[in-house]
Amino acid sequence: MNRLKNKKFIDKIITFFIIIVAYVVTDVLNNMGMVPSLISGLLVSFCTYSIIAVALNLVVGISGELSLGHAGFMCIGAFSSAIFTRYMKFLGVENIYIFIIAIIIGALVSALFGFLIGIPVLRLKGDYLAIVTLAFGEIIKNIFNAIYLGYDENGFHVTLKSASALKLKEGGFFIIKGPQGITGAPRYSTFLIATILLFICVFVIYNLIDQKTGRAIMALRDNRIAGESIGLNVTKYKLIAFTISAAFAGIAGVLYAHNFHTLTASTKNFGYNMSITILVFVVLGGMGNIRGSIISVVVLTILPEILRGLEGYRMLIYAIVLIVVMIFTNSPFVINYRKNLKLKFNKAKGVKHE
Amino acid sequence: MSNEIVLNVNSLSISFGGLKAVSDFNIDIKKKEIYGLIGPNGAGKTTVFNLLTGVYKPEAGEILLCGENIVGLDCVSINKKGIARTFQNIRLFSNMSVIDNVKVALNEHYKYNTLQGILRLRKYFECEKKMDEEANNLLKVFSIDDLANVTATNLPYGKQRKLEIARALATRPKLLLLDEPAAGMNENETKELMETILKVRDEFDMTILLIEHDMKLVKGICERLTVLNFGKVLSSGNTNDVLNDKEVIKAYLGD
Amino acid sequence: MSFIVNLVNGISLGSVYAIIALGYTMVYGIAKMLNFAHGDVIMIGGYITFVFMTDMGISPILATFLAAICCTVIGVLVENIAYRPLRGANSLSVLITAIGVSYFLQNIALLIFGPNTKSFRSVVPFSAVKFFDGKLIVSGESIVTIVVCIIIMILLTLFINKTKLGVAMLAVSEDRGASILMGINVNKTIALTFAIGSFLAGIAGVLLCSAYPTLTPTTGAMPGIKAFVAAVIGGIGSISGAFFGGILLGVLEILSRAYISSQLSDAIVFSLLIIMLSVKPQGLLGKMNIEKV
Repeated sequence: MNRLKNKKFIDKIITFFIIIVAYVVTDVLNNMGMVPSLISGLLVSFCTYSIIAVALNLVVGISGELSLGHAGFMCIGAFSSAIFTRYMKFLGVENIYIFIIAIIIGALVSALFGFLIGIPVLRLKGDYLAIVTLAFGEIIKNIFNAIYLGYDENGFHVTLKSASALKLKEGGFFIIKGPQGITGAPRYSTFLIATILLFICVFVIYNLIDQKTGRAIMALRDNRIAGESIGLNVTKYKLIAFTISAAFAGIAGVLYAHNFHTLTASTKNFGYNMSITILVFVVLGGMGNIRGSIISVVVLTILPEILRGLEGYRMLIYAIVLIVVMIFTNSPFVINYRKNLKLKFNKAKGVKHE
Repeated sequence: MSNEIVLNVNSLSISFGGLKAVSDFNIDIKKKEIYGLIGPNGAGKTTVFNLLTGVYKPEAGEILLCGENIVGLDCVSINKKGIARTFQNIRLFSNMSVIDNVKVALNEHYKYNTLQGILRLRKYFECEKKMDEEANNLLKVFSIDDLANVTATNLPYGKQRKLEIARALATRPKLLLLDEPAAGMNENETKELMETILKVRDEFDMTILLIEHDMKLVKGICERLTVLNFGKVLSSGNTNDVLNDKEVIKAYLGD
Repeated sequence: MSFIVNLVNGISLGSVYAIIALGYTMVYGIAKMLNFAHGDVIMIGGYITFVFMTDMGISPILATFLAAICCTVIGVLVENIAYRPLRGANSLSVLITAIGVSYFLQNIALLIFGPNTKSFRSVVPFSAVKFFDGKLIVSGESIVTIVVCIIIMILLTLFINKTKLGVAMLAVSEDRGASILMGINVNKTIALTFAIGSFLAGIAGVLLCSAYPTLTPTTGAMPGIKAFVAAVIGGIGSISGAFFGGILLGVLEILSRAYISSQLSDAIVFSLLIIMLSVKPQGLLGKMNIEKV
């Protein structure tokens, strides 16, 4: 009856289907030893970056705000959860329930920061969110680089000075050791768990978009003044989008932290460049297109591995593609040109244009 | 027509950088009345709309909506109190479908929370079904229900104007403000628009204040008029009396 | 005395930020866009000067001037190719394009000059100056930077208020539509703004590299971001705001590096931005824009 409703529904189902099929096929092939080690080593990363790309898409594509600090939220999720699991490991508790709690911790702490940073900034118009989230990401990265956290019989110790300033008693251990970060967090992140988390992320965001809250978020993206004139509270809706996005970025961080032996807040992992890379995934996958973000992550991660020879040119090509895509999809001149072309095409075909 | 006063504005004033944009503006509009606000370009008509809807805060004066002073409230609260508007330069949610443009304006009237929506609980389906019905009915009034699933930006101009009115009505206002609804329309479209406005008034018991330059439309549907010139009320009263006022003719045609 | 030394160093670093911030604030005021690539023009300026001085043996002053000219050309080209087609598009797409340009410049530099750090030879011909019987030593770079910054501020203020082109810039920043009606060539004015901003960025690049003589393709990124922060804190669109914001930021950075923690100095600087935007979103000297309905 309602064609558009169906279209949204089908779109959602296709994405779910793709995720499940991709998981099953990869897993079966992997068990048969038919997936190249290069790719099998990247499976968790695909999910991690897909989650954060979808999360960023909620802010950039759906809500129409630019965040350049999503790596910061990822960093918060990674460290807050890894502190917990590392401590639990020290107590000798290592099981899947600990990881589930860690995921919840990562999501909540990251969401809290998203909420706090969003309150002052989302009231402002224009490009301020971009610059503040960028600043926020750098602050987070700096802090986790400078912090020392240890535990001994007297409880937790924190300092920003140096490892020796912690004055750990014998039998104590470092949880975070300044720039060396966290070592030895359990490696809980499996392809299955990562896929389930990606599925949950996609499920939540699709169902957020296709309901009254999502419509309000998109309406305020399209026209803020008109949105206010029909009673939509700008701060509230932008904040909902931003907080949910931060929560999933945090979950991506949890996956990241438990995928490797060591976790450091280096510029490469959580710096401004990481945020930009995620933004590239989103833009090239199509702003507002959830499935596109996931596909874009997989393609843009595999492509440079295949085209090793072009490694030096990879970022340059990204940059050029980014510029060209933006001009092609957003330039008023190009848009008009395409409209005219379409009109001519329709006329030629004899289609009546309204 | 009842004698209940929906909008009562007393000595409203605002200035921008020393220039009095609107000064000592008074108006009172009765329920189910179609009231025109006219005047030469730059007379301050849209500024009056912006004051009524909370875009600007007046420096002096009071705005009583059904007896309640709404001065100082922001746009969002004023819409919730019962004033909805359209814009001189159309402001639709251009990347959303026609029906979603209307449904988003119904948000306040259907209570389910974000979580119920994400988890797709029964409440979500119940509310969405009712929202679809109400939105569709509104689109029918403007006979654009066949375009419900078209993206708003692809609508032809005249239908965009209609959609904007439908969206404003979806917030279930007590007072509807239309900013130059006939701008850019040809004679036929304007005629159709006049019928639609009358229909809106009758079907929704709506009180309407409109800014318009098209005198045919003004003469055709407005019961009373206020003429603004240089931010001041030049004349107000029954449409015919006002249009024959010598001062008004002078303001429009010059000396 | 060490406090005063730090203070002078802070003012000197702040002067560099102020010069860069001018470019941001003018472009933002007139083209209404955040030119993210502005910081990378600084880096390009540094490299060009490096090549002129080290590989071609051109004198420092001339090299600086030529580099600034090259930066001007690059700035105008970028505006023409990448930003002009997007005039009138939503600010998000312009911002993402600017990020693309920033990446482009960094990676071009990476391809041409390689990832290794180049050690930059200072362009300042004299060494440190001693005050108070040697109790206070100020480096030549600091003095030159501060002096150059003040000269630029004065010249720019005169240019904007006293010349026809400057007034046209003011007009475009006030109301682009009305400026077109008044016969101002908006495209030319915006290009001019980019030209001036990039010229200044070139000079800032040389001054920055003279004081902190390491040059890599990402040299410009962080100072660029901080200069933008300075412009926002000072009040975006305001020239004196860019000056005061820059100085404030430079002093804060050096003092917190000296007295609090070198690792956290960036965090402190960025925190100031967040606090500022929460308390006074229009910045120290900026004014709030009301969107027309």
